[in-house]
Amino acid sequence: MRSGIRVRVGQYMTAYVLAFVSLYPIFLMLSSSLKTNIQILQNPLGLPTHISFEAYGKLLDQLPYLKYMMNSILVSTISVLLILVLGSLASFYIARYAFKWNPALFFYFLLGMMIPIKLGIVPLFLLMKQLDLLNSLWSLMFVYTAIGIPLSILILTGFFKTMPKELEEAARIDGCQDIRVFWHILLPLMRPALGTVMIINLITVWNEFFFPLIFIQDEVKKTIPVGMLTLFGQYSTDWSVLFAGLTLSSLPMLVIFFIASKQFMEGLTAGAVK
Amino acid sequence: MDNHTKLIKWQKGIVHLFPLPALVIYTIFIVYPILAAFSYSLYDWKGLRKGAFIGVDNFIALFTKEPFNHLFWNALWNNVYYFVLEMIVQNGIAFILAYIIYSKIKGFAFFKIAFFIPRLLSVIVVGFLWKLILNPNNGVLNTLLKNVGLESWARPWLGDPDTALTTIILVNSWFGIGFSMLIFLAGLQSVSQEIIEAARIDGATRLRLIINIIIPMMKQSFIIVTVYTFIHAFEAFELVYAMEGSQGEPYYSTDTLAIFFYRIAFGGAGGGDSVAIGLGSALAVVLFFIIASLSAVFLYAVNRKKVQY
Repeated sequence: MRSGIRVRVGQYMTAYVLAFVSLYPIFLMLSSSLKTNIQILQNPLGLPTHISFEAYGKLLDQLPYLKYMMNSILVSTISVLLILVLGSLASFYIARYAFKWNPALFFYFLLGMMIPIKLGIVPLFLLMKQLDLLNSLWSLMFVYTAIGIPLSILILTGFFKTMPKELEEAARIDGCQDIRVFWHILLPLMRPALGTVMIINLITVWNEFFFPLIFIQDEVKKTIPVGMLTLFGQYSTDWSVLFAGLTLSSLPMLVIFFIASKQFMEGLTAGAVK
Repeated sequence: MDNHTKLIKWQKGIVHLFPLPALVIYTIFIVYPILAAFSYSLYDWKGLRKGAFIGVDNFIALFTKEPFNHLFWNALWNNVYYFVLEMIVQNGIAFILAYIIYSKIKGFAFFKIAFFIPRLLSVIVVGFLWKLILNPNNGVLNTLLKNVGLESWARPWLGDPDTALTTIILVNSWFGIGFSMLIFLAGLQSVSQEIIEAARIDGATRLRLIINIIIPMMKQSFIIVTVYTFIHAFEAFELVYAMEGSQGEPYYSTDTLAIFFYRIAFGGAGGGDSVAIGLGSALAVVLFFIIASLSAVFLYAVNRKKVQY
């Protein structure tokens, strides 16, 4: 099987070369953020000769970077919580009751997965203006919640349907009402599905750039992705600060990924494969 | 009705409140804006004020008035190129990687993670990071080329209209390979092992096995990836904005429909006012139909008879 070995060697080489291409830019981002600006410009490829946190100091000193970070954390947390709560309430209703409008309701929600919502940005902008939500983090939280609802309903409804009806009936005979059945019996069993929904939405919301670009002008209300614009506008010559900013904005997702890489990869493809 | 049955009735009714908050938020912030965009495109707008109903005049202006008509076709062509090149580069490589991982090479778990990691970054971070890497003077790529004696290959990747869009699409592929790979991998893992064994015993070569057996059986994964890539390519905005700004520089060579839309709606390119709502909405409607109709065609293809063996 000589050709078999050749194919195998080819496979390994392809995999290693592409893994290098995939990881090197991220490694470069991390390592450059620990160099001084002069080191980066004189020797872009070299490793940091000594670790310097100067760039991070400048970043936190001269930009409202902590503010961006707080805003991003606030927007992500509240949006994801709202998606989980509203999504599971609606899914419970769709999956566990047989009202005649339920299929239509489910379909109506699923349409949202096909709608390219960015194309509604002009009316959305005017709506936020009328609601006096421009320059408010609530504009982002509402939109992100609305964007997250369709996929979370798809995933959670599927999951609710797999749970045995007997469980619920037993609880009802014991006198549990709808809300208690939902809260005490079904929800605790839903953890894996809720985890998937959480991860998909967390990464989407944390990284989202388009809506704050339109809604938020106020420097102290910006989230990290739009804060990057300010950073690159002001520090275009100080590359170590730029790399530090890029690193700091990516670190939370990278850390969470290393804790739960399997859930991440399964979560992000779950919506597509369903 | 005594008080007790009243209470029970009330408690039964409460369940209808469950889907209500999701319904309200989804309707206000997703469904309404899209429907409103359709209606806005039919009116004459003076800044933020709605004027008279003018029918399809905004659409006519978009397709016939200078400079909108040229910019529209230019951007549309760039989107098509974006889609085609992503299909070839991003999804071609993604399939090869998925197949390699599927053949159980040593360390496949590491490779899966390695190819997926770029997907964790914000697209704006990806754009800015690569802008630094591709910088003509101090960027890593040109320095690397110089160091290995390929100095003649070095060029201002993002400053040359001939290479700018292709460069952006390649960066986009760097970001998107992991996602396509995982979908292909799920497809490959669903192909029945017995059929593959049977074909192997019949003497099928590896290449024939992939082309004639495996690919047709994972058609669904290909269609899912195609739909995703298509929607993504026709919504392309963030990466171009980060790397080339809202003008699709150089010389509109990287302009896409979404960038053009942003420029008309918010960037003062609609003439006079800083916001041109009518024209912007008309472009949004056109883009909506392109995306919706072609996605529907692809999805129709999924639901048609699946290949049986």
